[in-house]
Amino acid sequence: MIIQFICRAILLGVPLLYGSTGEIVTEKSGHLNLGIPGIMYTGAISGVVGSFIYENACGNDLSRMNPLLAVLIPLLCAIAGATLMGLIYSFLTVTLHANQNVTGLALTTLGIGLGNFLGASLINITKSELPSIALTKTSSFFSAKLPFADNLGWFGELFLSHDFLTYLAIIIALVVSFVLNRTRVGLNLRSVGENPATADAAGINVIKYRYLATCIGSAIAGLGGLQYVMAYATGVWSNNAFGDRGWMAIALVIFALWKPSMAIVGSFLFGALCNANNYIQGLGTETQELFKMLPYVVTIVVLIITSMRKKREHQPPANLGLNYFREER
Amino acid sequence: MVNKKAIKKHREPPFHVVKRDDMPWWGAWGIRVATIIAAFLLVGLLSMALSGRSLFETYGIMFSGVFGRIFEGRTMMLWKYLQEIAILLALALALTPAFKMKFWNCGAEGQALMGGLASIICMIELGPKLPYPVLIIVIAVTSIVAGAIWGVIPAIFKAVFNTNETLFTLMMNYIATQIIAYYVYIKGGGSNVINPVEYGNFPAVGSNDYFVNIILVAVITIVMFVYLKYSKQGYEISVVGESQNTARYIGINVKKVIVRTMVISGALCGVTGMLLVAGKDHSINVNSVGGQGFTAILMSWLGQFNPFIMAVMTALVVFLRIGVAKVADTALLNSSFSEIMVGVVILMLVGCEFFINYSFKFKHNKKEAKV
Repeated sequence: MIIQFICRAILLGVPLLYGSTGEIVTEKSGHLNLGIPGIMYTGAISGVVGSFIYENACGNDLSRMNPLLAVLIPLLCAIAGATLMGLIYSFLTVTLHANQNVTGLALTTLGIGLGNFLGASLINITKSELPSIALTKTSSFFSAKLPFADNLGWFGELFLSHDFLTYLAIIIALVVSFVLNRTRVGLNLRSVGENPATADAAGINVIKYRYLATCIGSAIAGLGGLQYVMAYATGVWSNNAFGDRGWMAIALVIFALWKPSMAIVGSFLFGALCNANNYIQGLGTETQELFKMLPYVVTIVVLIITSMRKKREHQPPANLGLNYFREER
Repeated sequence: MVNKKAIKKHREPPFHVVKRDDMPWWGAWGIRVATIIAAFLLVGLLSMALSGRSLFETYGIMFSGVFGRIFEGRTMMLWKYLQEIAILLALALALTPAFKMKFWNCGAEGQALMGGLASIICMIELGPKLPYPVLIIVIAVTSIVAGAIWGVIPAIFKAVFNTNETLFTLMMNYIATQIIAYYVYIKGGGSNVINPVEYGNFPAVGSNDYFVNIILVAVITIVMFVYLKYSKQGYEISVVGESQNTARYIGINVKKVIVRTMVISGALCGVTGMLLVAGKDHSINVNSVGGQGFTAILMSWLGQFNPFIMAVMTALVVFLRIGVAKVADTALLNSSFSEIMVGVVILMLVGCEFFINYSFKFKHNKKEAKV
């Protein structure tokens, strides 16, 4: 029961982990990308379109599908779709100096519209009676588990029974954490977010760093959308099912105090909070609805506490949300 | 060899970008209008490509989708169009004082929902007991207070601890959503629907149910214009928005201004919730505001803090939303197509500001050499 609860929490938390790791990379460069919900949504639908095409090309025959291609095609599609959205965002905010909040929100509108449009179009193509597309074959490749995990009892279930995107999420978070704190590239990136004018004077290409950070961050976030569809929803896409995970990923960035390693813990905690209502005995449906607000309340509490304590290492990048224009001042 | 490479690397670009503040108003508006026309052309072309109709036919469907059979004397669709504008504009107006203060209120959705919740509770619980005029007053007061409370909580923390308001207000949206879900579940008997309540509805004028909403929002537009431009409080808001240090220096109590402005912003969102519940749906659900709280942020920004420009921009976007949905509908595309188009148009408008605020300076090497 407890093991099952934890596994479920991890499964629910992974999209948030991808989203917040991506957003941390972007925010470290000084850009507050509120387009993350749209970008994750786009990543998800791109992956769905990719695997839909591949499944149809194989004649919907599981035995004719190549496991490697079945995984790689959606993966690359998701990354490509999300990166494209990141490029739009960085072109508007870095090159055209557009307001970051407005651009991000518009991008979210665009991304969710795009996802719903493509999703509904695919449902139309399949002429399915349910308002969803089932890509269970592709999903079976994504959620393939280690063969010996079942033999190891609770240990196996807790640590080895997850889909590979879960492990990838943790690896990416750890790598990002290492790069940010231990390498020159990370130091440069952080300096761009703290004070771009100084970074520029020191010979760091601010524009290049901001573009790359936004695009790489978007690509990582896009994978979160893919993990949601392929692992959590077992390959079933229905419009708007992704919900508010994108916003929660952004909230998680603050919860994690801009540290990807903290985001790992935070995302699983969020997953647990999202899921707690299903595991507490004797709750009516109406009280469950109230329980679903737990993650948001916790985020607000963290938000307030971090702003009250004002510790220097817990603050956002100093230039977060501000565009850099070399000739200003 | 090394030198050559270095020289090549530091080659000057053929032009560079400089900030400008000398763009005359007609130039700025010329660029914006040109962008809008270009955006409409793009939308038309994309719709044309996907629906397989000619360009004129596409625009024709858009117009008839929005204005309906107005030439036959049927104005129902026109009123519906105005009603949609009214709701989105009311939210955008509510956000404007906060944005002018550089307070990113992303919580219009939640504030409006709480206003709506207050209205529906009054309509259900007090509706049968109170006489109609008293009931309307009670609905108005409670929904204003509910919206204001939801808006002022983040403001207080922003004023005292400088808590990030963007995320705080965002989270408040979802808490409001869950409260609505809870209430709807209880009152709907587990069906996720509350049947339309007959008490406390705004009166229909003639055959038009939405008249009161539209008039109210028109009044709010004018009042907001005067408030921001000519009142002392409006001036204080703009000073705090420009620079908090300047505001402190000239003796403005910044904390007080932040809290007061968010009370106004939240209260107006609460009013919008009331318009939605008492004036339009006579019911409530988690999608009552339907993401318009976020679109309103974009509207407020596109309107440059001017309520009248905001009204025009809102009219344009709602036109696109309804019109393109109609085009998509008749072409067996799905209506999410209009969301994409709205997103594209807004991104284009956001991008065009660059050409208003900055200009290109091309290098004139020969001239420099002479000097």
